[in-house]
Amino acid sequence: MTAYLLNRLITGLATLLVASLVVFAVLEVLPGDPARLMLGMNATPDAVEALREQMGLNQPVPLRYLDWIGGMLSLDLGKSYTYSVPVLDLVKERVAVSLPLAVIALVLSVAIAIPVGAFAAQRRGRAGDTLSMGAAQIGVAVPNFWFALILIYIFAVWLRLVPAGGFPGWSAGVWPALKALILPAIALALPQAAILARVTRSSLVEVLGEDFIRTARAKGLPFDRVLWRHALRNALIPVVTIVGLQFSFLLAGTIIIENVFYLPGLGRLIFQAITQRDLIVVESVVMLLVASVIVVNLLVDLSYAVVDPRLRAR
Amino acid sequence: MTHTATPHGFADFLARAFASRSFVLGLVITAAIALMALVSFFWTPYDVTKLVVQNRMLPPSWVHPLGTDQFGRDVLSMIMVGARNSIAVALVAVGIGMGVGVPLGCLAAARGGWQDEAVMRFNDVVFAFPALLSAIMITAVFGPGAVNAIIAIGIFNIPVFARVARAGALAIWPREFILAARAAGKGKASITIEHILPNIATMLLVQGTIQFALGILAEAGLSYVGLGAQPPMPSWGRMLFDAQTRMMVMPTLAIFPGLAIVITVLGLNLLGDGASDALDPKLAGRR
Amino acid sequence: MKRWTTFVAAAAMAIAASTTAFAARTDLVLGMVLEPPHLDPTAGAAAAIREVVYANVFEGLTRIGPSGEVLPALAESWTVSDDGKVYTFKLHSGVKFHDGSDFGADDVKFSLDRARAADSTNAQKGLFEAIDTVEVVDPTTVKVTLKHPQGAFLYNMGWGDAVIVSPKSADTNKEKPIGTGPFKFDSWARGSSIKLAKSDSYWGEPVQLDKAEFRIIPDASAALPALLSGDVQAFPNMPVGDSLPQIQADPRFKVVIGSTEGETILTMNNKKPPFDNLKVRQAISRALDRQAIIDGASTGLGTPIGSHFSPANKDYIDLTGTYPHDIAKAKELLKEAGLENGFKTTLKLPPPTYARDGGQVIASELREIGIDAEIIPLEWADWLKQVFTDKDYDLTIVSHVEPNDIGIYARKDYYFNYDSPAFDKVMRDLDLTTDETKRSELYGEAQKILAQDAPVGFLFELPKIGVWDAKIEGLWENAPIPANDLTKVKWVD
Repeated sequence: MTAYLLNRLITGLATLLVASLVVFAVLEVLPGDPARLMLGMNATPDAVEALREQMGLNQPVPLRYLDWIGGMLSLDLGKSYTYSVPVLDLVKERVAVSLPLAVIALVLSVAIAIPVGAFAAQRRGRAGDTLSMGAAQIGVAVPNFWFALILIYIFAVWLRLVPAGGFPGWSAGVWPALKALILPAIALALPQAAILARVTRSSLVEVLGEDFIRTARAKGLPFDRVLWRHALRNALIPVVTIVGLQFSFLLAGTIIIENVFYLPGLGRLIFQAITQRDLIVVESVVMLLVASVIVVNLLVDLSYAVVDPRLRAR
Repeated sequence: MTHTATPHGFADFLARAFASRSFVLGLVITAAIALMALVSFFWTPYDVTKLVVQNRMLPPSWVHPLGTDQFGRDVLSMIMVGARNSIAVALVAVGIGMGVGVPLGCLAAARGGWQDEAVMRFNDVVFAFPALLSAIMITAVFGPGAVNAIIAIGIFNIPVFARVARAGALAIWPREFILAARAAGKGKASITIEHILPNIATMLLVQGTIQFALGILAEAGLSYVGLGAQPPMPSWGRMLFDAQTRMMVMPTLAIFPGLAIVITVLGLNLLGDGASDALDPKLAGRR
Repeated sequence: MKRWTTFVAAAAMAIAASTTAFAARTDLVLGMVLEPPHLDPTAGAAAAIREVVYANVFEGLTRIGPSGEVLPALAESWTVSDDGKVYTFKLHSGVKFHDGSDFGADDVKFSLDRARAADSTNAQKGLFEAIDTVEVVDPTTVKVTLKHPQGAFLYNMGWGDAVIVSPKSADTNKEKPIGTGPFKFDSWARGSSIKLAKSDSYWGEPVQLDKAEFRIIPDASAALPALLSGDVQAFPNMPVGDSLPQIQADPRFKVVIGSTEGETILTMNNKKPPFDNLKVRQAISRALDRQAIIDGASTGLGTPIGSHFSPANKDYIDLTGTYPHDIAKAKELLKEAGLENGFKTTLKLPPPTYARDGGQVIASELREIGIDAEIIPLEWADWLKQVFTDKDYDLTIVSHVEPNDIGIYARKDYYFNYDSPAFDKVMRDLDLTTDETKRSELYGEAQKILAQDAPVGFLFELPKIGVWDAKIEGLWENAPIPANDLTKVKWVD
């Protein structure tokens, strides 16, 4: 297990290094000058040049790369070109929106999917199964941003229960902030829940066919108890894998949903930073997202061991 | 993916597939959408490149069954032409994924060792980049457009097909008929082409259907954020973006393109489900 | 005893506060579409910066009023020498910056010298180009000597880019702006809102509002619910789109459709064939159906223009009849130019809706006369590089939002690639003329030359759709410069 983890860790770091090179190279060839963008159409060439100098854009490329990497290692991500505040502060502000959103969406997705999946497995082949899996099949096909539009129309425009977009900030209080995250979280969660419900069901169906379940039932244990106590636990591995994948997806997937709801999260930050050529912000946020995907995948691997003690020995 | 390669032929597979309700339903939906896209090449109720601003935002009627958009274009015609765009982008993206991913996967399975390791690490790197994020960066560099959307989606299909092909091929290599072929002195490359590929083809096709559906969704997402096909070419995602600000005045503008996406993806998923059940009858009841 | 009096005073104040609150609200939340990148108007071109800080936080020697007129600000009066080259400004005394430091002639000299220094990053450095020297005469008197007379000098000093900053805070104004205005900066939650608070040490007439918040709401679908729910009470420039009738029908709101300084134009690359041919430019101008463009690009709001001048300006003349919409005539002109079969070209579009949507309508209109314009959407950064800097384009659409900017057609190497000695002469004369009637005539002449020459297709003046609570008074109806001047804003019952 330790060797395996070490191997994963090294792979993860190597991936990060490759990612940093790719991101930096891509942004290097990105057309457009952040200084010109800042000063607009009327700016004189010398003013643009002065700003380039101030932003450090006139330094040689390798030097800037090393500067950036070195800065990251000491958690100094540099200063945003556009906002001229430290990137770290900016990212912290945005993570405070995106992370809760992704977590709420994930919890919601799991909370919906596992009971539905178990219910369908329990009623395998009956009307309840067909109905819930039919709904899941449709859920998988719904683009989350379209679902979001429909939610906005129903709950914000028509019923006026929640705001249609924007984020008041956590300083406005926990409830108003949560209220702004409800619709986006639902929009993110339901299509994911549909996928997860299907995985849960098929994994459960598989486990229910195994010998130890038959033994348990033969011993006279009630079916429900067998399902929830024994089968579900053993069916969790594929479910956890998908949950892990979904979490990485949700972190990045908030990009579109944040655009639908105008939430000041990481997704909007990166979008805005790319259009404003705030390269230093783009680089840092991409690295953060890549790193979090790697960490989540690692956690998923670890959780296998928790779910299935047989794997711990390895 | 837990598929094991089927020893039965393609004909058996088809026979089982057509016995599956979801496969047939999926096939019907997919064919209908494909037909709609084909027809749009020759005929649409209205010309989608000609804007008649006086007719803007008309509600659905006999003249315009799905109404008109903010430029007075016929929404039905736009959905028809949009289907063409969605299908083309997703199809070519799957093609790229297969074209690059399958050889990589086969190579990894055939050679093993450092080559296998290299392919798998490449997969890790691509997987670690959130797909949408990379799509945004690609289009930022090369500019938005259908071609760049294809490339962006295609790149993320590569590791998927590489994994499926590798897993499929690894399962077949130890088989007796392969061992026999090796004993007869055949090279790894020709074995891969003559024996491995035909045996994993169905499996790849099934995965292709799933990736096709994901590609349609991805294309819609990209064009929704303005990075997909550009005007005057209509696209479903773009139509939804334009509809968003007008939802209070005309919700139908947002409803129809969305339904088009849902129906298309649903059709493809049903098709894929039915096909993979047919591929592995053991799994059939579990879906 | 001491404690007793403080208690009474506090109680009295509490009562006073509650009665004023009862009489009229003193807080205001305004919606704005774009978030400013930072808050220093002397180091960035974004209009959003000015929409927060202009006249509220920062002040200049002069300022621009609601109708585009020049008003005194930190300078209470000024004299101009007979040759028009020496301006002597008399400053208000007792003015303090928000950090408590005193404002004086030194700060004026510092600010003007900083804006025109070699390492200046002022987005409108050209405004200061005529300045030769700035001298401190005494703590409340500044003498500015110009290299040559400049008719628009006092106007220029009223721009947001020419506000007076303190040497102590100049470098930190981006994050924490320190000015002399009636409001001081309070806080900024990036991505959502910026808060200002009344400054108690303000030198001039005190403002009625105690608190003002600018909330960033980038889209109509979110803007309307925010307004309807009362979260936002004013949207000085609202992205209403097609929901305008709904708001207009609601008696709780006042809707004011004013004008901006944004001349929206279809720019043609005047040096690149076939656009170097006057007949082709005329043909394109005649192919444009301005009303259809306004309907498609701006939901029917906006004034058609026939030259590069704001209809709100007193010197405006209506030249929309110069090349009226006429497809037959347009085709004939193309034929005369030897292009009866039309041609292929490109239309590069920056991100704003007016450009992206207007571009689709224009491409469709150009197809009518046989011109096949391929639409190429660009991000601002790309647009600035390809179109504006490298002049690598055929056609583009953009709104020129700088006030009173007809002079850009005289600029050498400007992206229009337009060159007219007659027009250049009018611009030179304008610079040397201070007499108002004479200036009006010259502006008229300049407009006519452009209308005839059709270096660009003149489309429409961007509208400013202001929506606010009917109980609010004092917000600007027009936008002669980008600003949300809150100095006269109050709630009435």
